[in-house]
Amino acid sequence: MSKATINEGAVGGRTANRIINILLVIGCLTVAFPLYMTVIIAFKKPSEMTNDVAGALGFPSSWSFSNFAEAMEVTDFWHSLGNSLLLTGATVIICVILHSLAGYLIGRKMARIKAFKAFYLYLISGMFVPFAVLMMPLVKQTAEIGIANRFGVIVLYVVFFMPMNVMLYSGYLSNIPTALDEASHVDGAGVWQTFWKIIFPNMKPMHATVAVLTAMSTWNDVMTPLVIMSGTDENTLPLAQLNFQTQFGTNYNLAFASYLLALLPILIFYVICQKQIINGVVNGAVK
Amino acid sequence: MNKKHTWSKNEKVFLGLLIPILILFFCFNTLPLIKGFYYGLTNFRGYGNYDFVGLRNFIEVFQDSRVGKSYLFTFKYAIVMTIAVNVISLILALGLNSKIRGKNALRGIYFVPNILGGLVVGYIFSFIFTYILPAIGEAAGISFLSNSILGSTTWAWVAIVIVGAWQGIAMNTIIYISGLQTVPEDVYEAGMLDGSTGWRKFKDITLPLIMPFITINLVLCMKNAMMVFDQIMALTKGGPSQSTESISYLIYNNGMSGGQFGFQSANAFIFFIVIVAISIFQTTILGKKEEQL
Repeated sequence: MSKATINEGAVGGRTANRIINILLVIGCLTVAFPLYMTVIIAFKKPSEMTNDVAGALGFPSSWSFSNFAEAMEVTDFWHSLGNSLLLTGATVIICVILHSLAGYLIGRKMARIKAFKAFYLYLISGMFVPFAVLMMPLVKQTAEIGIANRFGVIVLYVVFFMPMNVMLYSGYLSNIPTALDEASHVDGAGVWQTFWKIIFPNMKPMHATVAVLTAMSTWNDVMTPLVIMSGTDENTLPLAQLNFQTQFGTNYNLAFASYLLALLPILIFYVICQKQIINGVVNGAVK
Repeated sequence: MNKKHTWSKNEKVFLGLLIPILILFFCFNTLPLIKGFYYGLTNFRGYGNYDFVGLRNFIEVFQDSRVGKSYLFTFKYAIVMTIAVNVISLILALGLNSKIRGKNALRGIYFVPNILGGLVVGYIFSFIFTYILPAIGEAAGISFLSNSILGSTTWAWVAIVIVGAWQGIAMNTIIYISGLQTVPEDVYEAGMLDGSTGWRKFKDITLPLIMPFITINLVLCMKNAMMVFDQIMALTKGGPSQSTESISYLIYNNGMSGGQFGFQSANAFIFFIVIVAISIFQTTILGKKEEQL
């Protein structure tokens, strides 16, 4: 995101740009308003919530964290957070290693060997299959082999993100000259060593993209843990909100404290790695 | 496999490493797809015994009014979403790409909705639709707003579009911005000499040059919208009177707990074919358009 100055804007004049500037700042309110409301309601007492607009949106009489403490207890916050971190962390690590390996194996050979081209197309075709289509058989299947739990969810994520990630990795391979493979081969390194020592480190920019895309989809996913882990007592952060809603849906102050807690980790992550996240999303879509 | 090709040792190692990965993919992607088709041929309720019923489920999917309704809703939602999101995000991207102050900060802020989870965002908006908008409607004397639009069979779907768009615009805007940055400045300068400014400049210069990004955004947005689930779960649970039941939600709801495992499996398989058809259609049509320009 360099400061490329492109002559843009309908009229192109200074005034026009100033008007655009003002409009864009005002437009931010559409983003800020729901978040502002969440914070405000999360800090209020139920008795402060009157039926008019001011009752919901005015500042609370005191900024007390008691709602948060209670919400953490009711939704078993730390446990759900731990599960979300575990699922996301494990999925990202496995995806980055396994999918970059698959991308390398396929990408290096598919130009010359028809079978590898066929494997590539077979994997990529998985992108057409929505999770909703596979959901019911997968619920049965994971239950049958005894992985209707966190482990099973990780396996499903690894398989589900494979088509996209393998496509990204094998596409990126063209930036890594085959001369590197050959040199490593001459030095006596095997395929695995070549991949691990030479290719994997060279794929670094693509690792960032894959990690961001995989992490965001995993972190925010509701459907997979909802149907796969329903038999266990385990919750992810979004699932905890779903269960909370069905049990205590009427206490809005508690609910919004809980929502805010659920949104905070990714917001903090975004503030720290904003550039990587935006680049990751753009690369993933455009490539 | 490929008889003409003699496999070198190196290639055999490649194959040996790849095959376990392919087996894993087969087991949790292709196999369940085949199993889904198989379940579609039965009257399985999700538990107990079941019998084969041939293609009956697949025929009944086309006759079932609830399935028909869910397809209508999903298509209506996906088309309105795709158009609204792309028009708004293109305008937003043009603004965010012009000579303005605080450009990076503004871009950062407008991207925030995309990183938040759809379910929690849905719950937050649910409160806005249920309490804030009616309160504003009452205060301003707009009777249309005084009841929650989530309770209206005619308007509840609009609420879901608003929430979906709030998040979708963030994503598409950032892709359009990266598209606009690929347009070199001298093209605009040349255009300026030819006297193309304002709308003409946008239509004749910018639009053709960012066509690939429009394709990406249309395909992405449509695909995401076709699978809408989280927002429905949070806002309406398919109601009122099934007016906002998306295909994904119907499969989940009736297949998992409604005793229609077999029937919804058939529905899911047909949904898969629909998704494939749309994807192929979009890429061919839009791909052609790109080549012409």
